[in-house]
Amino acid sequence: MKRLSFWLVGFVLYFIASSAAAKEVVIVTSFPKELFETYKKTFEGKHPGVTVVINSKQTNAGVTYLRETKAKPEADIFWVSAPDAFQTLESEGLLENYAPPKEIMARIPAKIGTFPIHDPDGKYFGFAISGYGLMWNKNYLQAHKLPAPKEWTDLTSPRYHGHLVISAPSRSGTTHLTVETILQAYGWEKGWALLLNSGGNMGTITERSFGVPEAVISGQYGIGVVIDFFGLSAIASGQPVEFVYPSLTSVVPASVGIVKGGPNPENARAFVNYLLSETGQLVLFSPEIARLPVIPELYAKAPKDYPNPFKSKMGGVNFNDTLSSGRRDVVNSLYDHIITFRHRELRDAWGSIYKAEEALARSKSANAAQGKTLLGEAKKFASQAPIDDKRASDKEISGAFKSKSGLKAQLETEWETFARTNYDKAKELANKAAAMAR
Amino acid sequence: MAFLLAILIAFILYPILRVLWIALSDETGNLTLIHFLNFFRRPLFREALGNTLVSGLLVVVFSGLISLPLAYIIARYEFRAKILLQTAATLPLVIPPFVGAVALQLILGRSGMVNLLLMRWFDMTIPFMEGLTGVVLVQTLHFFPFILLNTVVSLSNIDPSMEEMAQNMGCHGFRLFRRITLPLMLPGFIAGSLLTFIRTIDDLGTPLMLNYKNLLAPQAYLRITTVGMDDVDGYVVCVVLVVLSLISLLAARKYLGLAEYATVQRSAPVTRRLHGKKLLLVWLLCGAILGVSLLPHIGILLLSFSKVWSFTLLPTAYTLGNFAEILFRAPHFIKNTLLYTLLAAGLDIILGAAIAFLLLRSRLAGRNLLDAIATLPLAIPGVVLAVGYLRVFHGWDFPGLGAPLTSSWVILVVAYTMRRLPYTVRASYAALQQVHVNLEESAQSLGANRLKTFAKVTLPLISGGLVAGGLIGFVTSCVELASTIMLVPRIELGPISYGIYIYMQSPLGRGAGAALGVVAILLVSLGTYLTHRIFGGRAGNAFRI
Repeated sequence: MKRLSFWLVGFVLYFIASSAAAKEVVIVTSFPKELFETYKKTFEGKHPGVTVVINSKQTNAGVTYLRETKAKPEADIFWVSAPDAFQTLESEGLLENYAPPKEIMARIPAKIGTFPIHDPDGKYFGFAISGYGLMWNKNYLQAHKLPAPKEWTDLTSPRYHGHLVISAPSRSGTTHLTVETILQAYGWEKGWALLLNSGGNMGTITERSFGVPEAVISGQYGIGVVIDFFGLSAIASGQPVEFVYPSLTSVVPASVGIVKGGPNPENARAFVNYLLSETGQLVLFSPEIARLPVIPELYAKAPKDYPNPFKSKMGGVNFNDTLSSGRRDVVNSLYDHIITFRHRELRDAWGSIYKAEEALARSKSANAAQGKTLLGEAKKFASQAPIDDKRASDKEISGAFKSKSGLKAQLETEWETFARTNYDKAKELANKAAAMAR
Repeated sequence: MAFLLAILIAFILYPILRVLWIALSDETGNLTLIHFLNFFRRPLFREALGNTLVSGLLVVVFSGLISLPLAYIIARYEFRAKILLQTAATLPLVIPPFVGAVALQLILGRSGMVNLLLMRWFDMTIPFMEGLTGVVLVQTLHFFPFILLNTVVSLSNIDPSMEEMAQNMGCHGFRLFRRITLPLMLPGFIAGSLLTFIRTIDDLGTPLMLNYKNLLAPQAYLRITTVGMDDVDGYVVCVVLVVLSLISLLAARKYLGLAEYATVQRSAPVTRRLHGKKLLLVWLLCGAILGVSLLPHIGILLLSFSKVWSFTLLPTAYTLGNFAEILFRAPHFIKNTLLYTLLAAGLDIILGAAIAFLLLRSRLAGRNLLDAIATLPLAIPGVVLAVGYLRVFHGWDFPGLGAPLTSSWVILVVAYTMRRLPYTVRASYAALQQVHVNLEESAQSLGANRLKTFAKVTLPLISGGLVAGGLIGFVTSCVELASTIMLVPRIELGPISYGIYIYMQSPLGRGAGAALGVVAILLVSLGTYLTHRIFGGRAGNAFRI
């Protein structure tokens, strides 16, 4: 015991001594190792004497960490993909104001498509652009004799039943933006019909964004809904996968922000400047990082066939950020309660619909026409959202997700019950329709 | 007693309450139970509650079925390479996060090795890894060592003269087992079942690995960790889990409290040597059970050498680069893991023994409170404890550290110690329950004081249980993720589980993550093996696995 305490004291002293070196910049990030290690090396090369300290956390763990340590912040920089994480931090006053030097900012356009690259209030700055799309495993599609997808609407094809994978939007800021893109591109009603139908085709719904590329790379599922660099970097590392941007997609910046009251504000500003400078931006082209810079002229130096979001038709959606962030909690919870948590019922319902559809198409029975009517009803039941878009943006409803009142529990129960009854009905109708084909 | 209680309150109860208070208060901060009413009103939560209970019970039943024959063999027979078997039996408890999931998918998943073969030969697949069935399957393979470990200790603590007496009176075979052996080994078996049950209902890793969300633990986790929302329901689910765990703990205590399990005499139990056909049979049985439960480990080993493994039976390109990466470029993960987990296991043994002693040998008021608090961490998701620590220890410099506790690695040791404390408490409790108080009383009447009695009589007798508990603590801390991810102050201070998380965030890192997983498994095997070698000899037959 004595010996143990001796060692303990020793370690503690060692720790105190080792933490005395002060020239640091502490970064909380959710980015993969390849990205932060390359930036750590190049930044330290440019600023000798400053050590980049990485604190790698999942986005949501990072937000919680900053919130819980705000009394005495230990991080200087928050550096992740998801815009909603920054919005949350900003609304809680955890980010510092900063105006990077003019010569840096002048080279970066204000907007990509309709999405502002930097926070208008100067709290966080876009340093790379990401688009959303579909990645697939070539071996898998070949073995299951499936065609490669091109558009979001392809995800509703009966052929893909059980072969798709997505992460829950409540778990992944990037998936939330994909869902929101679909809702804005196709409209609320059609959008949800698409989401529900493709939801019924999902083989699984993962809890981490990275679970999707993982499942596709290892060939557990064929096609995944991902942010572009997951697909591009997997291709660069020699995995048998491919990636495509659907024609209707939104492009959104990944950002960096300075933590309010961090211990090394000067180094933090230097790091942000470096990220946005030409040398910092060129790092994004390295194959294991594979992200899109925010300085348009740099694409002249890009590797061959590199997507250019400023030129190509990427981003056919006029993405409305205010609309998106205003109803974020509602959309995420809705998706969870009618798709993620009721996935089995939804998948079964669509399975029965596809079966009936096939049987009816081949059927010569006199009742086939009546069967088709039933089938149409079944489809309707399996592709309806419980609320309309007006209600989704309603202050009272979105407010329910911020307070502790019982309204949230009540809404979620309603949605869940709505979904369960509808999917049961859809399945029943589809089975009836199938019986008429005989 | 007061000191112990203070430690437990400071590092378990208070941080947890700081977090869970939200579930018990309304908007103005007054105590309310409305959230719990809402919990039972919601079909989703009722379904999750039902699923959780069902999976918990099924896992206990199946684990019991697997463990009893194995435990009997290990405790009662002597054969060559038994130590290998004992070591391998601990490994299922260690499924490294993320890579374990990927490896298991690559073997049992829908495009895994087994199903690819089935597809090729019979044009069919079996969904091993889907739905509640998949969860129960994986959890059984994952948690059965809890029952096994505890039953073996219990079995070898039984005074063989009891069985001999029964045999003299004509009781043999199954009747002997049912009437004498089974009741006598119940403390260990029940302690193991209890651990398995609580661990199963609180298990987060398996459901997340299989993407099955309609259970209580994932519902709590998903709701608590969503960005930008303080979802009360998540915390409510946590409280429900805590209550469930405490109820099962009390029920087990009540049941065991009805009878007496202590034995006065301690003669070496008889173990029979195995030869020939019987030995072969034993090996086949053990091989089959362990072979299946070690599938993830085999998968991780393969993955660690693979460069490309996608939709094929085996990897298509191999490399040694993954090991070079983790051994030469980032060796700190391994070093940190050893430091943190060994310190935590040591502290756990000391605390666990002290608590168990107070529980069984003292009449102090409040000792049951001690027990309840020490068991809490089993039922508390790592995230909640971690957030509690940040909330309680962040703002001020810890005396002697010169910095807040949360900005040093000490917080990780504290977290591991507290998270694994229930194991050593339960294990020491079961061991102490089998030591008759007469033994201590005679030592005292011969002039030894309490401390000496404890050191010279009690401690040697329960050392098997203590070390078994410490071992489980060490083994499971090696791969603890939930609290680690929240508490690691900087990347250089991260342990293996954190390293795996970092590698698994990039498509290139899968192999390196798996290599770290292999190192974790090797560390655990080495620890288990050494414990057997050292304590298996000195502690006589008290320590069996």
